Amino acid sequence: MSHPAEAHAHPEEHAHPSAGTYAKIAVTLVILTALEVAVYYVESIRTYLVPILIVLMIIKFALVAMYYMHLKQDSKLFSGLFVFPIFIAVVVIVALILLFSIKHPQMPQ
Amino acid sequence: MSQDAHAMHMPTTTGLDSRKMAIWTFIGSECLFFASLISTYMVYRGKSLTGPYPHESWTNPANGEVVKGILNIPLTSFSTFVLLMSSFAVVLALYGAQRGKRGMLIGWLSATMVGGAIFLGGQVYEFNHFVHEGLTLHQNLFGSTFFTLTGFHGGHVTVGLIWLGTVLVTAIRGKLPPEKALNLEIAALYWHFVDVIWIIIFTLIYLIK
Repeated sequence: MSHPAEAHAHPEEHAHPSAGTYAKIAVTLVILTALEVAVYYVESIRTYLVPILIVLMIIKFALVAMYYMHLKQDSKLFSGLFVFPIFIAVVVIVALILLFSIKHPQMPQ
Repeated sequence: MSQDAHAMHMPTTTGLDSRKMAIWTFIGSECLFFASLISTYMVYRGKSLTGPYPHESWTNPANGEVVKGILNIPLTSFSTFVLLMSSFAVVLALYGAQRGKRGMLIGWLSATMVGGAIFLGGQVYEFNHFVHEGLTLHQNLFGSTFFTLTGFHGGHVTVGLIWLGTVLVTAIRGKLPPEKALNLEIAALYWHFVDVIWIIIFTLIYLIK
């Protein structure tokens, strides 16, 4: 049964997760972090290190944002305020990395 | 959030609390701030002309000392674990605040602050160690971009600690009833943001060689 405070929640915002859900997310985050560090030390999968770490990072980021920051339950407007800048940020980071990785020929003196 | 909490603010066109809208807008702008720092680090990654380097060995020409990759992964992994657990602690503090469980609120909020302080202590130790190894803000591109990015993150952690500290004092004085739990929720959102930024920094700087 939900708490009285949650029962009267605003229509735009739904009840936050239970303490048990928070604990499960915490355990998952610890396991994923341990996996990240373990992967770092395994030489045989060096080729796949970057994609594996990026995927694990995205999963951890999403878990914190969805459950601890309550984006899964709160208004979609809050999600928009967070996700749209992240989209722009990712585009900026990728664009700058690509821009600076291009080998420009020497400009004529 | 309780109906009482909503009753505390004026009706808005979105139907959402303006303070919560404000913190999310601020967090959105912070995403772009850290994007500029992260992109600067990534652009100059591996372009330092002299050491110390993050993962590769370097011989200091001044004294012939060989400095291995300067990043301390075990220490930073522990700091990351502590920061993640502090995020867990603050949601439990919020859980307690929303239900009027004062002991739970104060206990977990205190635990959050201890976690944040341990993380900051680890960062101070790391910075001190790096300077002794010859890595300073002006030593090379790695030093400049690393200290700027992680320094600003540490600054954010410090602001978060001060913010949560004021909320803790309010709670201890018995002035954080369930209908005012939003005060903690907003501070907690900032704290989680600091956490997710560290999740990115830990992967991009420390783990990707």
